[in-house]
Amino acid sequence: MNRLEFRTTNRAWKTMDEICGDLSRRVLTSPRGNCPAEVTAAFLRLCVAQSCGKCVPCRIGLSELATILERIFEGNGTKEDIVLFEKTALAIKDSADCAIGFEAARLALDSLAAFKDDYMSHVEKDCCIASFDAVPCMALCPAHVDVPGYVALIGVGRYADAVRLIRKDNPLPAVCGLICEHPCETHCRRGIVDDAINIRGLKRFAIDHAGYVPAPKPAPSTGKTVAVVGGGPAGLTAAYFLTLMGHKVTIFEKRKKLGGMLRYGIPSYRLPDDYLDADINVILSLGIDVKTGVDIGTDMTMADLRAKFDSVYISIGAHAHKKLGVKGEDSKGVMSAVELLRTLGEGTKLDFKGKNVVIIGGGNVAMDATRTSIRLGAKNVTCVYRRRQKDMTALPDEIEGAIAEGAEILQLMAPVRIESDENENVTALIVQPQIIGEYDRGRPKPNSADKPEERIPCDYIIIAIGQAVDSAHFAANGMPVKWEQLQTDNAAYVPELPGVFSGGDCVFGPATVIKAIEAGKVAAANIDAYFGTHTEITADVEIPPASYLFRPATGRANMRERASYERKNDFELMEQGLSEEEAKQECSRCLRCDHYGCGSMKGGRQYKW
Amino acid sequence: MVNITINGKEIQAKEGATILEAAREAGIFIPTLCYLKNITDIGACRVCIVEIEGNDKLCASCNTIVEEGMVIETNSPRVRSARKINVELMLSKHDCNCPTCVRSGNCSLQTLANDLNIIDQHYCKEAKVNKWDGKLPLIRESSKCVKCMRCVYVCENIQSLGVWEIGGTGTRTEVRVRGGAKLSDVNCVYCGQCITRCPVGALRERDDTEKVFDAIADPDKIVVVQVAPAVRAAWGDGLGITPEQATVKRMAAAFRALGADYVFDTNFTADLTIMEEGSELIQRLTDKTGKSKIPMFTSCCPGWVRFLKLEYPELVPHLSSAKSPQQMFGAVAKTYFAEKRGIDPKKIFCVSVMPCTAKKYESAVPEVNSADAGNDVDVVLTTREIDRMLRASHINCAMLEEEEFDSPLGTGTGAAVIFGATGGVMEAALRSAYYLITGKNPDADAFNFVRGTEGVRDGTLDINGIKVKVAAASGLANARRIIEDIKAGRAHYDFVEIMACPGGCAGGGGQPIKEGCELAGIRGERLYCLDKAADIRFSHENPDVIELYKSFLDKPLSHKSHDLLHTNQWYWSIK
Repeated sequence: MNRLEFRTTNRAWKTMDEICGDLSRRVLTSPRGNCPAEVTAAFLRLCVAQSCGKCVPCRIGLSELATILERIFEGNGTKEDIVLFEKTALAIKDSADCAIGFEAARLALDSLAAFKDDYMSHVEKDCCIASFDAVPCMALCPAHVDVPGYVALIGVGRYADAVRLIRKDNPLPAVCGLICEHPCETHCRRGIVDDAINIRGLKRFAIDHAGYVPAPKPAPSTGKTVAVVGGGPAGLTAAYFLTLMGHKVTIFEKRKKLGGMLRYGIPSYRLPDDYLDADINVILSLGIDVKTGVDIGTDMTMADLRAKFDSVYISIGAHAHKKLGVKGEDSKGVMSAVELLRTLGEGTKLDFKGKNVVIIGGGNVAMDATRTSIRLGAKNVTCVYRRRQKDMTALPDEIEGAIAEGAEILQLMAPVRIESDENENVTALIVQPQIIGEYDRGRPKPNSADKPEERIPCDYIIIAIGQAVDSAHFAANGMPVKWEQLQTDNAAYVPELPGVFSGGDCVFGPATVIKAIEAGKVAAANIDAYFGTHTEITADVEIPPASYLFRPATGRANMRERASYERKNDFELMEQGLSEEEAKQECSRCLRCDHYGCGSMKGGRQYKW
Repeated sequence: MVNITINGKEIQAKEGATILEAAREAGIFIPTLCYLKNITDIGACRVCIVEIEGNDKLCASCNTIVEEGMVIETNSPRVRSARKINVELMLSKHDCNCPTCVRSGNCSLQTLANDLNIIDQHYCKEAKVNKWDGKLPLIRESSKCVKCMRCVYVCENIQSLGVWEIGGTGTRTEVRVRGGAKLSDVNCVYCGQCITRCPVGALRERDDTEKVFDAIADPDKIVVVQVAPAVRAAWGDGLGITPEQATVKRMAAAFRALGADYVFDTNFTADLTIMEEGSELIQRLTDKTGKSKIPMFTSCCPGWVRFLKLEYPELVPHLSSAKSPQQMFGAVAKTYFAEKRGIDPKKIFCVSVMPCTAKKYESAVPEVNSADAGNDVDVVLTTREIDRMLRASHINCAMLEEEEFDSPLGTGTGAAVIFGATGGVMEAALRSAYYLITGKNPDADAFNFVRGTEGVRDGTLDINGIKVKVAAASGLANARRIIEDIKAGRAHYDFVEIMACPGGCAGGGGQPIKEGCELAGIRGERLYCLDKAADIRFSHENPDVIELYKSFLDKPLSHKSHDLLHTNQWYWSIK
């Protein structure tokens, strides 16, 4: 017998690792709406399989938890079973010897707390109220764009039809092809096989290859008029659909041009004006009145609009900024990311040549400010963040892109105060190092570390810690407001102001472009219903049949960016679209959940709304 | 055309055809279970799977479109094995107590299992039993459901009611009443269209045959049978006899052989309905007080009447107050007929044989009775049930001598027999309305534009300067379309006939089932042939109806007619 031996790579273990990898991908792509009792029972069975069997709560308790749950979802459970389940899970959580046991019990308790209604429906009515999202990408897209439909159309080279189909639910396809956060991809079923389809990439491919696709013909005029306040994505979307429905829309925009945050908040290297204008031109081609340079509150009032129009839609966005609240914040050279990006949108390029710039924040806007500062010629750009880089809310690609362009990410540093010289010009940001701490609402909290403050010398400080809504005029005119955000119900109705609707960032707080499009779509549908006209929106596009060929596991084709040494010097579009070869391959990876699986079972495709 | 190869045979298929359609066209059989043409092709059962060269997976032939150069095997070893295992898996979750199932011998799953020579069963047998109110006209046994979802789609797409839904996920996926509610709490109209699409015995009518056998056996009961027009077009289908053998007169003989004391014809009261409803229509059209609601809706079809009451209660005043022929028959049998024969009406046991499951509901509506002798109609049997009674009595129907209906409630005209097809009530009514207005008969086929398989047929007539705009529709989704058009002012009609079942009663939910076949059209044609061949083709010429008015009712819409033959639609209990 040897005293020690190498552990040779065991084929069986390797396979088990692979199975676990496949399983974790599968779990992550779980469709929303499965029966939580059944899923939890299945997870508990997995936990039992991981149990070493030493301690009682884990060895026996987990299995009993699963058994109680199975009884419940099979329709044989009682309310007493739910009590027993909870008590047992608590005991396991409190007394299991290791994490395999106590974490499993925590998961069981979380599930019970979140899905009490489902559990009760099983024991009271023997009725499972779970209902699968039939087509994950469509369900998760806030605008419910027919993703499998347009992917199939791109696959057969019908790019213009793909654009038409997208526009049925989303009139900003060019914008979304470039900057959508693509929630559609998060639960893509293809993830079970290999990786999510590059949906945004395909959308951009369609836009780049479709040429000019005219808007559909609007319905006959209804004689109803709508004022849209704010020409950002929510307002543009509402205006587009309302005009298609036959209503007469006037957009009031405070700034010189339409687009809102798309123009004044997103730098052109991510969204060039020609893409944005392409979408806006199609929308305006329907015959929408646009009054730019009109500020509701200064030039006109809310009351004027309500008197003149049959309905008013408020979509003013979130263009104010949040303040850091530290000493020295009023120094020269300190500005908000919103202000920095707005100057750019207005065509003014600040000169950062040779300067040291510090950006505070960890979201996508912080990354936009960081990468913009680099392009404005800054010598050093440092992004300061309280938590770790992996906790940043910015898309990982954005962070990596910024680093590649030379930005420094300074993690775990909380701003304490801003230093300035005798002329009140910024000289440095003083930060307190942090230690990452316990989880609080799903994210670890930073705490002050037992380390001395540090000084980061700089000439400019850009604050990107969030935006706010400038809602004073609307609040004064009877619109309910909470934390400066306007309040509506889920259908965009403003309570107690008949005919007034609102949506987008001014209601949700700063969110994504696709959330704004959802807001505009919902508002259009409900304004139309408010008028009692009920005009349906359709796209007369026939969807190609699903291919019978199943493409075995194949890598996902991603977009690339222009080389960092080149792109960091200009504001030209940095992302390169998919090639035709890549696009075709991506389309062939689509599992066509509209045809296969429960997509066809649950009512099939929605051709209109 | 697309060139493909199936099982080594080169064939040309229509572009856009499915593999299943292409194979059937070429005479190649691929078994199916959940697939039902024009209803569903969701590919759930995985029985119609085929192997396509170059593809790693087997494909459902029902929803895979042919492509140029496809090489397909419909019965390769892989296909055969997977198909057999899938059927075995379904059997493991199916209540396989076939001898006591109404669909034994007419069950797709049974046929598949037999065809695939499934003798051993390898999987854990477990069929979930559901709770169900056995008093409802429609019975569902979850333990037999194969989750083909046909019922879900028929109800949603053809009837626009969405009574059924898919609930749960995974192994526990089930078909259930919408929201997990009780059937009586959702707007089910008991049309039975889901029953005739069910490939197995999960859905059926409430079986009332024993009640009738008991009445026959009871010496104190006089069993009076009425048989609806559409039954004669289908009764033989459930007995395996040919349409040539299954004549109307042999049907009368068969019911008498079962032990009925009198075999009458609902055609008689169909003619009576025309007299009452036709007169009501003229009254409404010529009413100057503005109280009459136009359009008038027919009221013969209980599925439709229930639909209107549940979904559009505000339109109930548009329904004709005339009872359905079935209910008129019950009322007349227990009054006029009893009086004429000197029988105590309480001894009369009135059995109605209908192509319909909703008639079971209608006969039990308390407010519809007026003869004061129990329910006017005691038991309603579907065509399927009467066929089961004939089989249970071992009556060799094909060999029976033909017999006439009894008199006087056994006389019907050609106008009455077409009540069993969509547009038929309208056509019969127009034939008599024309007479009532002009004093002379039109050509009997003058109004045949209301016939046909299209969802909605409409047109305008000019009878002596009276312009009448009429429409006929079958299938409740079509009915809904008409109603929405009327409500929105997109359509204006004077008279609208609706039958809940596509094709009318010929395609009724109580008719014999033939898997995969929509027989309403063929059965309707049989009725039109009977009309064509009839000696009398106008309801107002039915001699026994004339006699009924002369000696008993006085005239249409008389006081007595109102008591016996009309109903206040407002007062009906719905649940």
